[in-house]
Amino acid sequence: MIPTHYYLILSAILFGLGVVAFIFRRNIITIFMSIELMLNAVNLAFVAFSQAWNRLDGQVFVLFVIVVAAAEAAVGLGIIILIQRNRQSLNVERVDLLKL
Amino acid sequence: MNAPLIIFFVLAAMAILGAISLILQSHPIHSALSLIVVMVALAGLYLLMGAEFVAAVQIIVYGGAIMVLFVFVIMLLNAGVEERTNVSKLAGWAGLPLAIALMGFLAAAVARSTDRVQAAAQTGATAPTKALAGLLFQEFVYPFELTSFLILVAIIGAIVLAQREKEKIRP
Repeated sequence: MIPTHYYLILSAILFGLGVVAFIFRRNIITIFMSIELMLNAVNLAFVAFSQAWNRLDGQVFVLFVIVVAAAEAAVGLGIIILIQRNRQSLNVERVDLLKL
Repeated sequence: MNAPLIIFFVLAAMAILGAISLILQSHPIHSALSLIVVMVALAGLYLLMGAEFVAAVQIIVYGGAIMVLFVFVIMLLNAGVEERTNVSKLAGWAGLPLAIALMGFLAAAVARSTDRVQAAAQTGATAPTKALAGLLFQEFVYPFELTSFLILVAIIGAIVLAQREKEKIRP
């Protein structure tokens, strides 16, 4: 039996790597993928707690998170296509209309 | 060292290396392929925890549908190697230490929260997928119906966002 906190530490590491990718990457598609990585890390924590408490609620929440991630991916990629069409660039530094 | 622990460490190393590769690759398509490695490794971890249905959904929906969508958009937009513009001063200077600190705090807080959990004994060898279906369609049936509405809204939103404006005539 693998201790639960192994899974939780792995989940924290993956979440942190997702944050690092979110901060340092400039391509909007890669930034979007780092969000998916963070959602996956949270899912891992959900399933680990679900196994630790021996209840299935956590797995149901994982299914909901996956549904929300799918919806988010559809809308987000639509927005990315619009940005590319209007700016001819995928660099987030070029999308700076709100910047002073 | 027993077999599940070895499998856990192999899959965990796969996931972490995939995530690091996602950060280091400069081409988005390589990042996408690294992310698929992470997702497959996580599906293996779910199997290890006895969550077969979640593992299957992870492979089909995440590794299949969502990542195909990503790869499709990368190819549609012909996204090339990421151009290096300078990161904002704050992010370049304090970003990495703060992110590592966040990682450490998260790991510490979350790992400490399992102290109480260990009391809950690992009893049940029930059929998890059957029990999951019961839970999903009885206790969580209203949230489940709401997610179908969410998907409908997402479909309409994606269509509205991605269609071309008709009156605009391009030279």
